[in-house]
Amino acid sequence: MSKEKNIKNWYLDNFNKFEEKVKADSFSSFRKEATSKFENSEFPTRKEEEWKYTNVSPILDHEFTPAPLFIDESKDLQSIEEYKIENLDVHLLVFKNGVFDKVLSNIEEVEDGIIIESLYNLSKSNPEFISKHLSKNNKTINAFNLLNNAFTYDGFVVYVPKNKVVEKPIHILNIASDSINKPLVQPRNLVVAEENSQVKIITEYIGNKNAEYFTNILTEISVDENANVTFYKLQNESTTAYHIDKTDIYQKGSSVFNHFSLSFGSKIARNDINVKLDGEQIESHLYGLYLGNEEQHIDHHTFIEHAKPNCMSNELYKGILDDKARGVFSGKILVDQIAQKTNAFQSNKSVLLSNDASVDAKPQLEIYADDVKCSHGATVGKLDEEAYFYIQSRGVSAEAARSMLIRAFIDDVVSEIKIDELREKVNHTIFEHLQRVEF
Amino acid sequence: MIKIKNLHANVEGTEILKGINLEVNPGEIHAIMGPNGSGKSTLANVLAGHEAYEVTAGEIIFDDTNIIEMDPDERAREGLFLAFQYPIEIPGVSNAVFLKTAINEIRKHNGVEEISAKDFLALIREKAEILGMDSSLISRSVNQGFSGGEKKRNEILQLLTLNPKLAVLDETDSGLDIDALKIVSHGVNEFKNENNAVILVTHYQRLLDYIIPDFVHVLYKGKIVKSGDKNLALELEERGYDWIIKEQPQTV
Repeated sequence: MSKEKNIKNWYLDNFNKFEEKVKADSFSSFRKEATSKFENSEFPTRKEEEWKYTNVSPILDHEFTPAPLFIDESKDLQSIEEYKIENLDVHLLVFKNGVFDKVLSNIEEVEDGIIIESLYNLSKSNPEFISKHLSKNNKTINAFNLLNNAFTYDGFVVYVPKNKVVEKPIHILNIASDSINKPLVQPRNLVVAEENSQVKIITEYIGNKNAEYFTNILTEISVDENANVTFYKLQNESTTAYHIDKTDIYQKGSSVFNHFSLSFGSKIARNDINVKLDGEQIESHLYGLYLGNEEQHIDHHTFIEHAKPNCMSNELYKGILDDKARGVFSGKILVDQIAQKTNAFQSNKSVLLSNDASVDAKPQLEIYADDVKCSHGATVGKLDEEAYFYIQSRGVSAEAARSMLIRAFIDDVVSEIKIDELREKVNHTIFEHLQRVEF
Repeated sequence: MIKIKNLHANVEGTEILKGINLEVNPGEIHAIMGPNGSGKSTLANVLAGHEAYEVTAGEIIFDDTNIIEMDPDERAREGLFLAFQYPIEIPGVSNAVFLKTAINEIRKHNGVEEISAKDFLALIREKAEILGMDSSLISRSVNQGFSGGEKKRNEILQLLTLNPKLAVLDETDSGLDIDALKIVSHGVNEFKNENNAVILVTHYQRLLDYIIPDFVHVLYKGKIVKSGDKNLALELEERGYDWIIKEQPQTV
């Protein structure tokens, strides 16, 4: 039996155990349907254009146990203080191995109508909401996405009704803890921002050092007319973990959406970020940062569909790769025939710190309108040796000089983080990451 | 202060410096002149420790230590400063971060505590004023969007704030109009005292009207072929380099 078939059977066996364990809930039929689709699906291979730079085969070597079959007995998570964002007042949602932890979370009082809740809890208290909003903007389904669907259980839900503003940022902390079991963590996240609403969400994925686990995320974000949503994702998984994330964003007219993908961890990470601009005067900003070393593989695929006229999208992705790390950026921009006066910009820049590090950059523009401004650029290079010498010649050590240049290189992404306390945290994470880099 | 003995250096396998001998004492200003391609900038870069230049023979004794094996940052912390012919732009690094880091690295090396934010600002203001610079520049990225003249002034600002023992100025006068030249020269003269020294690398005599050298050396084909006082520079201005070149034994 092939490796792929084996692992599929493993998950199908687990599905039955899972259903016994969680009993019938409002997702039962949804899961069942997904499971039969999963059974007939194939995991992506490098023969597929969209996966040609990322080999997922190592993920299929492991038998991961889906939450909540995995019962976390670890006592080392009593405190999450070290993971909090210093000096920042937030609504905090903590998920341990993909399951909501009410005790560690702290959701403060919000205005009537606003929902900040775990998917599991909301499916009990308000199943109508779930069936109305979940899986509305979910496309390009592959076996990983179906695997998530087949075990739909928990995740976070944020709902902001018309004209409401969530003042404090929402911080969602996903912690994978080390254990004898290898957890399969599958958050199923949903954000619905109605007309003229505003919200800022910080999702964070962390894991204990050397923990082997697999995070497989599906996130849907809907941004209605004139709404303003900023979504930060900090991926700081264990470097022995695997991470696959698909985020689908649907925007209506005059809305603004900002997305940050800040990737530091995991052995193999694949991020699909799909945005559909389905109204006029929309703004979408996608920022990305990837810092990889050792044998890390960090892949970002973005897909932006301009479906209506007079919108702008802007992508800025920057990477620093050392050792044998590999980065992938594939950015597709589709401008429909009616989407005149589209402005679409895309920039991807990477710096390689070693001869064995590499990057694959693939911009793809598909433009069917004739009055548009689109640009893309990809560069791969080394740190500017002359600048390096210049800084050193002022008495600054080689290590500090390199760190200064790296920070300078990524500054235009980091400086777009408008929450000061979060920017501090990101800076700190970058600092820690650079400490891992040998000079 | 510095003794250069029989210094040979290669760039990409080609020998550029072919046995330089030079001694500079505290309180002295030495001008190194010479036609294009004579090795002037190579000498400046070799002194600062640029890794593209390979020293194949000789010694550079700086304060009784041979610094040949030292990295550029170590040399700088020991008190050697190079003002670049083409100062580098570093987008994203502010002058403040750049200078403060440099000052503190040097202080740490000398066992002095880090400079306070207040003292740092006061220091920058004081030195910027000497050069007629607006101290608001410290929040801007290093040299980014600076004109040629502003870059050169910024080099001298760094010189004044880091206050090294030995300043090597690599064609600091190139591309400057007469007003900028006066300002930069004024900065160098402010820096100069009896305990430090300056090596001026220049193609033209004009700079030496404002910074008066104690010695002038002519570099040709990687060797110092003539030394004299400031009058030698005037003579070069008048007669060019040809007469010196003609004095050289012909090599095949």
